[in-house]
Amino acid sequence: MTVHNIRHGDASDGAFAEAVGGRLSRVDGPAKITGAAKYAVEQQLEGLAYAVLVESTIASGKVRAIDTKAAKAAPGVLQVLTPDTIISLKTAADWFGTPPPDKPYCPLARDITFSGQHVAAVVAETFEQAVAAAALVKVSYDETPSIVDLSDGKAGDGIPIDAMTKEWGDAQGAFASAPVRICAAYNTPREYQAPMEPHGLIARWEGDRLTVWEPSQWLDGMARTYAEWFDVPFENVRLVSPYIGGGFGSKALALSHGAVAACAAKMLGRPVRLVMTRPQTFTGYGGRAATRQTVTIGADAQGNIQSIVHRGVNETSIDGMWVEPLGSVTSIMYATPNFSSKQNVVRVNSVVPGAMRAPGENPSAFGIESAIDELAYEVGIDPLEIRLRNYAEQDPHAKKAWSTRQLREAFAAGAERFGWSRRSPEPRSMRDGNQLIGWGVAAGTYPVRRAYGEAIVRILADGSVEVESSSIDMGQGTYTILAQTAAETLGVPADDVVVKLGDSRFPRAGVTGGSRLAGVMTGAVYKAATSALDQLVGLAISDPRSPFHTLQANTLVVANGRIASPRGDGPDVSIAELLKSVGRDHIEATGDTMPENSTPEERYKNYTTIAMALPHTEGDYSRHSWCAHFIEVRVDEDFGTVRVSRVVSALDSGRLYNPKLAESQWKGGIIMGIGQALLEEGIVDRRHGRIVNNNLADYLVPTNADIPDIEVISVGIPDLHSSVLGGKGVGELAIVGVAPAIANAVFHATGKRVRDLPITLEKLI
Amino acid sequence: MRDFSYLRANSLDAARQAAALPGAMLLAGGTTLIDLAKCGVAEPDSLVDITHLTGLNSIDVNERGATIGALARMGHVADHADIKSRFPAISEALWQAASAQIRNMATIGGNLMQRTRCPYFRDPMNFPACNKREPGSGCSAMGGVTRGHAVLGTSDACIAMYPGDLAVALVAFDAIVHLGERQIPVDDFFLLPGTTPDKEHAIEPGEMITAIEIPGTAAARRSTYLKIRDRQSYEFAAASAAVGIEFEADGRTIRDLRVALGGVATKPWRARAVEDALKGKGLEPDAVRAASLLAIQGAVDHGANHYKIELAPRVVARAILRLGETA
Ligand SMILES: Cc1cc2nc3c(=O)[nH]c(=O)nc-3n(C[C@H](O)[C@H](O)[C@H](O)COP(=O)(O)OP(=O)(O)OC[C@H]3O[C@@H](n4cnc5c(N)ncnc54)[C@H](O)[C@@H]3O)c2cc1C
Ligand code: SF4
Repeated sequence: MTVHNIRHGDASDGAFAEAVGGRLSRVDGPAKITGAAKYAVEQQLEGLAYAVLVESTIASGKVRAIDTKAAKAAPGVLQVLTPDTIISLKTAADWFGTPPPDKPYCPLARDITFSGQHVAAVVAETFEQAVAAAALVKVSYDETPSIVDLSDGKAGDGIPIDAMTKEWGDAQGAFASAPVRICAAYNTPREYQAPMEPHGLIARWEGDRLTVWEPSQWLDGMARTYAEWFDVPFENVRLVSPYIGGGFGSKALALSHGAVAACAAKMLGRPVRLVMTRPQTFTGYGGRAATRQTVTIGADAQGNIQSIVHRGVNETSIDGMWVEPLGSVTSIMYATPNFSSKQNVVRVNSVVPGAMRAPGENPSAFGIESAIDELAYEVGIDPLEIRLRNYAEQDPHAKKAWSTRQLREAFAAGAERFGWSRRSPEPRSMRDGNQLIGWGVAAGTYPVRRAYGEAIVRILADGSVEVESSSIDMGQGTYTILAQTAAETLGVPADDVVVKLGDSRFPRAGVTGGSRLAGVMTGAVYKAATSALDQLVGLAISDPRSPFHTLQANTLVVANGRIASPRGDGPDVSIAELLKSVGRDHIEATGDTMPENSTPEERYKNYTTIAMALPHTEGDYSRHSWCAHFIEVRVDEDFGTVRVSRVVSALDSGRLYNPKLAESQWKGGIIMGIGQALLEEGIVDRRHGRIVNNNLADYLVPTNADIPDIEVISVGIPDLHSSVLGGKGVGELAIVGVAPAIANAVFHATGKRVRDLPITLEKLI
Repeated sequence: MRDFSYLRANSLDAARQAAALPGAMLLAGGTTLIDLAKCGVAEPDSLVDITHLTGLNSIDVNERGATIGALARMGHVADHADIKSRFPAISEALWQAASAQIRNMATIGGNLMQRTRCPYFRDPMNFPACNKREPGSGCSAMGGVTRGHAVLGTSDACIAMYPGDLAVALVAFDAIVHLGERQIPVDDFFLLPGTTPDKEHAIEPGEMITAIEIPGTAAARRSTYLKIRDRQSYEFAAASAAVGIEFEADGRTIRDLRVALGGVATKPWRARAVEDALKGKGLEPDAVRAASLLAIQGAVDHGANHYKIELAPRVVARAILRLGETA
């Protein structure tokens, strides 16, 4: 019937703004700027009560007693929850869906494994009353020695994670006989997502039905967790999350504070709101794990890599397991005949670390992209040239062809715009008064994570279109690109499309993480819209009441909200008129990207766990997005202060569904990378095992003054092995490689190699 | 819930009387006070709002100097044309402080009274020991995270850094704090921690800052405030210097020099040794750098803040030399 040509999605392809590939501005922008957008905890509910958490002040030990007398007697207090008084929950499956141990789960701790652990909660009529009463809860402890961090003498070597081992050839042997050898250790500290909107929720029970208003990167996954905790059917839990004030990985899972609020609501029979304070967001859930890597590279005198040996370690908590895959970039960025990567995790007394923008790839790239730079100086060739010399023509680990890899193009385009050829090779050879100038380059990559999604597309009586999905928009542009997808597929203006997201009652979606959502959901909406369009055109042709009935046409054209015959010789009516003439008040179609014949169980598993996600090396191809960052820094030679003065990044995210939004996400990633390189670090008091800079005055993220103009260049081409419409990941990619590009530029400027992030002034002074 | 009373003062006397009562605190822009109340550090029984008092927000600049009312907003003072031309260091210290939003709220009186950023001071729940908060309770910072702590003017009781910028410039230019009729040189207004780190200012209950007076001098007219920090904006100083120079008629010999340090000491820190070493001399870079080392005479570090001892003299030297370049 209708033929849909997939267009190249870059700005250069001339697509009009409303189509896929066009530069449509964020459709949710006006609501957010005017304050009309209502975030999860802003719901006004009858009878709302307020919960405030009480946290442990020791890092290791046991709660001896909790004295709640004064808190209970305080004005307005409705309830004080402790491990002894809170209702018992069931343990929920993890995000892989692994069946959980059959033991009760208590979101308030008796056994303390980190400072800042939730030990009690106070619920009161007002927020202020709850805050005041929470300060009256007196907890006494039996303290035991804690393991502060990776450098703690008691930390040990940790637990080997065999699944992370990647080896081929004889890495040790080839290293031993290599003419050029470098070996260095690279460290990254604890870093925090620090979204503007802190974590929090409102929980309300009606009988055995639970509604949770909570910022969420994964409604169906979180709804499953709540359902399992409270042992109610999945359908009984509704998650609502229309807008999210930033997540960066931290809002994908239901967390213990959510369990506390939902317990309180159930016990009290009233809706309960619980919002973390900013300091609590540093211990209430995990940021990026602190990591250490050793990278050894053996090469010939021309800089051709013979061997890479990589060892990595990341922190995890005493009773949780977080693996930050540190060999993920190391194993694919460069061609090497011999390779070995192994990883351990070390248990320390901290909250279990979590996902933060490009988990794994981000610290991994800091190691390998710094090390290759060191190799370039060692053999005396240009840092860009050495990367091209060792270019991996296929995935060196999976031994499969790349689906697409425009990294060479990225290097070329970035170098050209940056003026790399004018770089003077010697460190400390470029200056402007007291400012030492350095130019650095580094590459980045992120795998294409694929999963499945479903959506409903509804054509309404007035010709407007509704799209529904339980996926979410945390600022990355889901509302906008799904409107574009539906508009283009159906031939209606994007203004006539209303996208509804963030309600688990809508058709389901997997996690918004790993940069997979756009690829998944544009595919689902495209399918749903295509089948809605087929129904519409089918009705127009076959329904006896249709003005097209007599035309004997076998296809019609829908454009701009109107239907006409391809040759323009018949009637020309609006969609609304057609629906009216055939007596329909709407047309509706559900589309999904699941394999046909998928069982309901498989569908449930797909949307509520990550177990069904397709490996990026599935089939014949290895799928990744790629980027190259070219960065100029100015380092004050007396003060050691580093300022980023120029960034040119060329990126391959495949086809861009909306270049304006993609560029904005790339720039956001680069800005976050600048923060990571120069500012961000959770500082631990070693005596107490506690983060002391747990607020936004002391945990520094970049301000506008720290950010120069950033130029981003798209070098991607449609990659149909990666997604239905040809896009690869956007959101995580751009942060990968920024920190090493800056560290490399700092070396070029100063001759000092900083291998511990962040690069603060005392490291250069 | 912790109740407190709120009084909107309608006269200076009413404000002083109310503030003299135990547990009372003055409320100006609130950017320090509300913050500290949230951390559980400030627990006032009554708040005396002075922002509605009239006549305390003026900025008067003439030949003799400048008088700035205690309620003048940081932002207004920073942008004031005469302050910019006659006291550039004052304007620069202000606009490099905090954020635009805070500068629009915060007052000059409140600015002088801001408290230390010592993280242990600000977290009573987790760190009960703090001599500044609870005299005699000990100091949680020593032996802990000390990257931001002072290297000058410390005592066995407290090593907390005075974080403000404006006061550093005021100390350099011999400003006077008006507490109504009583007047104190700003250098004497700020107290060293000694054995009583809880007592930070020479101000008594029932007293209130009404104005700041800065004598007009040639050194103030040729002055600058150099603030060094990891983040380009919205961060307290790792080290800073307020510097002013007056040259002899030859345009080269230093007649008057003012140097004060911020970000490194327990109070705004006048560096007279640097001034004395350079007065009567020219601006030779090597001599300036050597003299600037005198700024950190007697400095003691606590590990992670050692870099301040390296950094501070370099900041002083750069500020002096930069002012010389504009000669
Ligand atoms: C995130 C952040 C960053 C900051 N960065 C900087 C910086 O880089 N540099 C810098 O210098 N400052 C910085 N500040 C501090 C800021 O400048 C002060 O908070 C502000 O100047 C205080 O003024 P206010 O009017 O809001 O005082 P308030 O909060 O109202 O009062 C502060 C204190 O002063 C007392 N007080 C107020 N007025 C008087 C008076 N007239 N007489 C006697 N006592 C009085 C109050 O009782 C209270 O104890 C920062 C603050 C924050 C929150
Ligand atoms: S340095 Fe001073 S303010 Fe900080 S904890 Fe010690 S006594 Fe308290």
